[in-house]
Amino acid sequence: MNVKILIYLLIVCASVFLILIRLLLGPDASNRTVALDVITTVFAALFVVFGFVFKRGIYLDVALVYAIISFVGVLVVARFLERGI
Amino acid sequence: MREIIGYILLYVGAFFFLVSAIGLIRLPDLYTRMQAATKSTTLGAVCSILSIGILEPTWIVKAIVIAIFIFLTAPISGSALIRASYKAKSPLTSKTVVDKFPKDEGGKE
Repeated sequence: MNVKILIYLLIVCASVFLILIRLLLGPDASNRTVALDVITTVFAALFVVFGFVFKRGIYLDVALVYAIISFVGVLVVARFLERGI
Repeated sequence: MREIIGYILLYVGAFFFLVSAIGLIRLPDLYTRMQAATKSTTLGAVCSILSIGILEPTWIVKAIVIAIFIFLTAPISGSALIRASYKAKSPLTSKTVVDKFPKDEGGKE
């Protein structure tokens, strides 16, 4: 892992920490779902970066499946907030 | 040259992640927070994934597929979520000037 990737990971770690603050003190369930949506998108990008760091191509497939599952999860939560499942 | 472009694109992605996190903390309202959440996070993720595709050229096809998928699905989930939270009566900020949603709801659909 070289220094440039490490600086990138530090910046992303700081932003994930800020999003976690919003996830903890969001006033209602909608705010928490927004923060969770952002975190899943950030981690789908981080899977690709970690695949580059550890030189393993299988992490790209993991990132694709994670993006699909996060999309479906946010749609289900939105459906639940709208009028119950 | 290829590495320089890749790392610049990687840091552009990190910058947009940081902007979206600061917006998510600072903005007053769910609807303005959603502005920061969907747009800049999508741009940051697409920039990061494409930069990895540039740095490792054998992965460029899969990286473009993941980037296109995120680029298509993030606005859909954001739109569904903001509509649902309006129906669930999430409060607007006190600085709100106009709210045209109830009128459109009666007329069009």
